Amino acid sequence: MRITSILAGAALALGLAGGAIAQDKTKVGFVFVGPVGDGGWTYEHNQGRLAIEAEFGDKVETVFQENVPEGADAERVMTQMALGGADLIFTTSFGYMDQTLAVAAKFPNVKFEHATGYKRSDNVSTYSARFYEGRAVQGHIAGKMTKTNKIGYIASFPIPEVIRGINSAYIHAKRVNPDVEFSVVWAYTWFDPAKEADAAKALIEQGADVILQHTDSTAPLAAAEQTEGVIGFGQASDMSEYAPAPRVSSIIDNWAPYYVARTKAVMDGTWTSVDTWDGISAGMVKIGEITDAVPADVKAEALALAASIASGDYEPFTGPLNKQDGSAWLAAGETADDGTLAGMSFYVEGLTGDVPN
Amino acid sequence: MDFSAINPLVLLASIMVASTPIVLAAIGELVVEKAGVLNLGVEGMMITGAVCGFVAAVLSGSPTVGFIAAAIGGALLSLLFGILTQFLQSNQVATGLALTLFGLGLSALVGQGYVGIKAPPTPDIHIPLLADIPVIGRIVFQHDLMVYFSIALIGVVWAVLKYSRIGLILRAVGENHDAAHALGYKVVRIRLLAIMFGGACAGLGGAYLSLIRVPQWTEGMTAGAGWIALAIVVFASWRPWRVLLGAYLFGGVTVLQLNLQAAGIAIPVEYLSMSPYLITILVLVIMSSNRNRAALGAPAALGRSFHASS
Repeated sequence: MRITSILAGAALALGLAGGAIAQDKTKVGFVFVGPVGDGGWTYEHNQGRLAIEAEFGDKVETVFQENVPEGADAERVMTQMALGGADLIFTTSFGYMDQTLAVAAKFPNVKFEHATGYKRSDNVSTYSARFYEGRAVQGHIAGKMTKTNKIGYIASFPIPEVIRGINSAYIHAKRVNPDVEFSVVWAYTWFDPAKEADAAKALIEQGADVILQHTDSTAPLAAAEQTEGVIGFGQASDMSEYAPAPRVSSIIDNWAPYYVARTKAVMDGTWTSVDTWDGISAGMVKIGEITDAVPADVKAEALALAASIASGDYEPFTGPLNKQDGSAWLAAGETADDGTLAGMSFYVEGLTGDVPN
Repeated sequence: MDFSAINPLVLLASIMVASTPIVLAAIGELVVEKAGVLNLGVEGMMITGAVCGFVAAVLSGSPTVGFIAAAIGGALLSLLFGILTQFLQSNQVATGLALTLFGLGLSALVGQGYVGIKAPPTPDIHIPLLADIPVIGRIVFQHDLMVYFSIALIGVVWAVLKYSRIGLILRAVGENHDAAHALGYKVVRIRLLAIMFGGACAGLGGAYLSLIRVPQWTEGMTAGAGWIALAIVVFASWRPWRVLLGAYLFGGVTVLQLNLQAAGIAIPVEYLSMSPYLITILVLVIMSSNRNRAALGAPAALGRSFHASS
């Protein structure tokens, strides 16, 4: 009796010790679509990774892989991370959605977090930021600032996140400048500085004097800089090296608090699959400093718009709004629900061109 | 359809600028392949050239110094490939791929402090009289010097390969290194020089991206241009003027589709974007069957290792 209880106690102690050793360090993996030095999207995700290291020090280990193509390669990278002992893996591009779910199904004990997607499972969370709230502020400034009434928009892929951004920017530019026109160029890439610069040049050559971008590098700003009077905005990161002009403001993705919180949840064993979609109010989307290239009254209006979105007084998608084909979408005062926004695949009334399939 | 928004003159000028990096990298690789060496590290040499050129131009304030540094940087990196494949007899395909990975990593390291810095501007040269010709003057005669340099380089490579003794020796080495060796030519030395020439050209192409076309330094900014240059050499069936044609076609399609989109013209963009790659894949498929290889004009000793004892 005595011996067995001692043995049991020893076994228990050993088991605990073993568990403690295995739990010693929480390993967090990141899959990046571009290089961490892109100055935009991936750069900000990497800042989030560094924030985890700063917060937890020796208790965490982070690993990351850059330039992972959206496709079969991503699945291989995630599998390798999971096999390498990662407890939590952030997959930071929309195009990793199906791969994330496929790998997650094979590793039920590893937690996955997929950025900007909409498919979840027991061990896959999704998280995104309401970039469209920032786009509303951009659209307002763009509509006020354009002299040619032509605004160029460099889009990446025709996915809901990008289409929401175009719609939101257009609605708010149109509101302050009824003559405004948008030209949308689909680059079909997240990161290709040469192509992004070419797209910006093509738009500028055709008369656009405001360039909005939904691609990851600073190349469109470098191209805008070469023509006097053309302005642009920092995308995903502040891109303040191009301030005060051509970069007059920016949308900054602030992932650090979320990443730290989720890592903490894994450490505490409280992690559950959730869908997070935060905007300006939660600080996940920040509006970068509006420079003096923007007149003071426009700046004040833009800041007021951002404040009203943050306080919840105003929703960027508030009716009356019609779809591009003229059919009614939102009645006066009605706001869009998250489901519609998450799957948005149509332009609002007034935009020209088609959304590619 | 409304094409009026597109100014054909400006469009053509943009195409020339967009094509120049590929022209430079591809003509360098053509010489390397003509000497019988397959260097798949063009992407790595380009990105190294891009960062060397950018750093040198920023430090010195002179784009010319930048371009010279880019050529030296590209050539040095290719020398590494040359030593590994020519002296140590390593596999050319594997070494070339490794060179690309190495170049991407090295350039990221070198360029760390240079993200977001602006390069000194490269002036467009204004050729007197010629640039004032209506229409043509604006398209053809108002570019930066590198655009003309790249076209001149094609001409020089063509003339040297076709008419000079050096060109004959180079081609002999690429067609049959044993015979060239038997005749007393230094196969390894000739190949090393060709490899370094290719590296220098790729470096210039990369610097054109970071100093003129974009212009800024961003990690991984070549984004596959080196692979396209490789494909264009095959597409051109190892003929210099066809390299120019291929590169301008590729640059043309890229710029044209962006312009068509900006003008709001409804075209199936996806197909236009993928067309250059489709053509390249087709050519590569035809290439890979040995029966057609000779007909396309591939150097007979391409990719084969040489050792004087064999």
